[in-house]
Amino acid sequence: MLHRTDRAERTGTAGRRAPHQGPPERSVPAGPPVRSRPPRLLVAAALVVAALAALPLVWLLVRVAGADPDRVLALLVRSRTVTLAVNSALLVTFVSAGCLVLGLLTATLLARVRLPRPGLWWVLAALPLAVPSYLLAFAVLAVRPESRGLVPLVAVLVLACTPYVTLPAAAALRAADTGPEDAARTLGRGPVAAFCRVTLPQALPAAFAGTLLAALYTLSDFGAPALLRYESFTWAVQAAYEGTIDRTGAAVTALVLAALTLLLVVAERTARRRWTRAGATTAVHRIPPARLGRGGTAFAVTGLGAVAAVTLLGPPVVLVGRIVAAGGVSVDWARLASAAWSTLLLAGSAAVLAVVMALPVGMLAARYRGRLVAAVESTAYLGQGLPGVVVGLSLVFFSLAVVPGLYQTAAVLVFGYAVLYLPKAVGATRASVERVPVEAEEVARTLGRSGPATWWAVTARQAWPGVAAGGLLVMVTAMKELPATLMLRPTGVDTLATQLWAQTSLGAYGAAAPAALALLLLACVPAALLVRAGTERPGDSSRRPGAADRRRSDDRVPMTGDR
Amino acid sequence: MTRSTRRGVLAGAFLTVSLLVAACGGGTPAEPAPAEDGQRSLTLYSGRDEDLIGPLIQQFQEQSGITVDTRYGSTTEMAAQLGEEGANTPAQVFLSQESGALGALADGGAFAPLPGDVTGAVPAEYTSTDGSWVGLTGRARVLAYNTRVPEAEVPADVKELTGPEWNGRVGIAPTNASFQAFVTAMRLVDGDDATRQWLTDIRDNDPQIFPRNTAILEAVDNGAVDVGLINHYYVAAAETTPANTALKFGAPGTASALVNVTGAAILAGAAESAEAQELVAFLVSQPAQEYFATETGEYPLIEGVAGPADMPALAEMGAPDVDLADLKDLDATTQLLTEVGLL
Repeated sequence: MLHRTDRAERTGTAGRRAPHQGPPERSVPAGPPVRSRPPRLLVAAALVVAALAALPLVWLLVRVAGADPDRVLALLVRSRTVTLAVNSALLVTFVSAGCLVLGLLTATLLARVRLPRPGLWWVLAALPLAVPSYLLAFAVLAVRPESRGLVPLVAVLVLACTPYVTLPAAAALRAADTGPEDAARTLGRGPVAAFCRVTLPQALPAAFAGTLLAALYTLSDFGAPALLRYESFTWAVQAAYEGTIDRTGAAVTALVLAALTLLLVVAERTARRRWTRAGATTAVHRIPPARLGRGGTAFAVTGLGAVAAVTLLGPPVVLVGRIVAAGGVSVDWARLASAAWSTLLLAGSAAVLAVVMALPVGMLAARYRGRLVAAVESTAYLGQGLPGVVVGLSLVFFSLAVVPGLYQTAAVLVFGYAVLYLPKAVGATRASVERVPVEAEEVARTLGRSGPATWWAVTARQAWPGVAAGGLLVMVTAMKELPATLMLRPTGVDTLATQLWAQTSLGAYGAAAPAALALLLLACVPAALLVRAGTERPGDSSRRPGAADRRRSDDRVPMTGDR
Repeated sequence: MTRSTRRGVLAGAFLTVSLLVAACGGGTPAEPAPAEDGQRSLTLYSGRDEDLIGPLIQQFQEQSGITVDTRYGSTTEMAAQLGEEGANTPAQVFLSQESGALGALADGGAFAPLPGDVTGAVPAEYTSTDGSWVGLTGRARVLAYNTRVPEAEVPADVKELTGPEWNGRVGIAPTNASFQAFVTAMRLVDGDDATRQWLTDIRDNDPQIFPRNTAILEAVDNGAVDVGLINHYYVAAAETTPANTALKFGAPGTASALVNVTGAAILAGAAESAEAQELVAFLVSQPAQEYFATETGEYPLIEGVAGPADMPALAEMGAPDVDLADLKDLDATTQLLTEVGLL
């Protein structure tokens, strides 16, 4: 049985380790043991990956350092920087709060209430991962063209980002120890009060980690703010990139944005540390999912259904409506197919590259400790704090200056995706490798297998589903990525996202519909696979809570490495 | 060493090596696309929207058998990119939304001289003086307004839009090259200080900021804003006819009445490219010019092609006395926009 803090830590943080985590000698079956020294080659490979992940930020720094200092200073201290920061802070605050509330509500319903067809609700809660926020914004605009500013944008982003909170929080709730809750109830607390007082806090670290991902997504989102015309930081970087002849402005704004995101990451760590409980119980008690009664169940199902319908059905319905209103659109099938193919190919390559890059870092982090390991892992997580627009911009500079032969080739774009989404893959790899009992490896060794053979026969076989889930997550996110794709894509190559973007920003909503529908369909496939990988028939879990819950809370981990 | 380690090392090594190889071999300028199995191709950077010129490029591809790889972006973005790429640019032809970006790049020696028959096809006032780029179409700055606003209330000079009655009602696109060219023209006509003042005033008047002209037009037509600063032809080019939009042309002689041109140039590295020359020659040919007049509603610049229907003649526009070549000081304009906080 897992240590409780350990469990909360894992469900919540996908691989980033809180510094205060328990002493290494604690012997838990799936826990990370400490071996004195990692193999040199593993360290070397992880160092190379960390260097590659740091490349964009370093290059951006070099670029800004090389610019005229007066100009940089003038750009930094102007009042617009403050305006943008305030705008972004407001946006992030409201979206985070909204996601936290909605996500915890949904998670509670999923984890603690007996619902008809529980598996369906898990899938519906996860699928918004496949819906790009700009598509939701575009649906809002198609219905109410005068929409603009903070309110509609918050609504859109809350809908798009809630799964980041729901999924880890629900997993943590399932894994939570409800023994104290029973105790609280015997002491006279009502069921809701007891739950809120005792059990909910156990899910908070996971929920906060999820909220961080929602906040990071919000800060880095370009499409939805642009469509709803809210001047956020990312929007401003893109505007400076498109609208000024001197790229210094874009680079400086991008650096400020990167600093803001890193600040968010630190803030979340602090909050999570405060909420993570130090105490542990030896046994975990569970109470079965609550029955709400007919009315309550109907209410819960209606609520869950409404959120899912707005998010998942809203865009397609509005799009089809626009096609009908335009009297049908002529679809350039060849072009659509080629954009779909490019999307698959680019996102697929990005997933493979991210997983390959994540392997040494994830394995190192799963099995070894130390300052070097922590540094490598943190560096690999840089992508989590770097919006697409920053990575895009820095790789434009980098490829032109250092590898002009690769400039505007798919290689740079795929590399950009891999840097951006490396944290997802590292989190997944680390969590999956950690879950493989070291004892199993040792048994294999004593039976005479060599190191690599052991790794292949034992570790790889058990870890690969989690690693693959990380790859799927990279794929689904890369498919809808916009700003880096706009900057880095090879000339003449369209992805579904860029095609859709070009047409929606022209107001050609009817013409944009086919690409949008295709993107939704394509992205749903990895998203659904991901849910399957993560939930393992949630319906079963009520019957054998221990096994299923343990698996869920662990398998859920890749999801929380998301941003 | 475990297998995954080895794999990780291999992947890392592969990446590093490929980056290094590319770095070492990358000093040479990108070659124009080689003629593989007789297939001719060229790379075009377009600062003009795909829905406006995509069909024309398609027509050229079918007619010439040349494959055109087009990179679409904003004109300013493409100009900055060409500047940054320098001799490494993969582009052979640049298509600009306005003359200023062309002038700025021409000053930096980015372009190859065009053949005389291309530059000679267009009247001198609508093209470059040194043959570095050629004007393709004329376009007028206009105020698009929603017809619920009485025409008499809509000013003919954008200077009046800074009044309190227009607070929150004006749409502008500061990243758009046509808007920036108009600001450059204002700097030339009224001076930098007056322009800075106007920009400050309009910024303080809570304008609605859009990414592009098309978005402004859509917002004007559906009533999200009352007036917007755009070019005249977007109405003709819209996906659905904007039924609630009317245009007010600028007061003669003011920057509001600026007539700018779109234009094309061949990059210096592609001076010898027959494909590039073919494309530019095509763009000033009669079929292309007719396409612009009828499909996008722009003013054709060669003789013998009728202008767009229902629009005043180019010559009667009362454009300010600004040499289009003088709009090239784009950098100072974007710095001014940055300074007042519109960028």
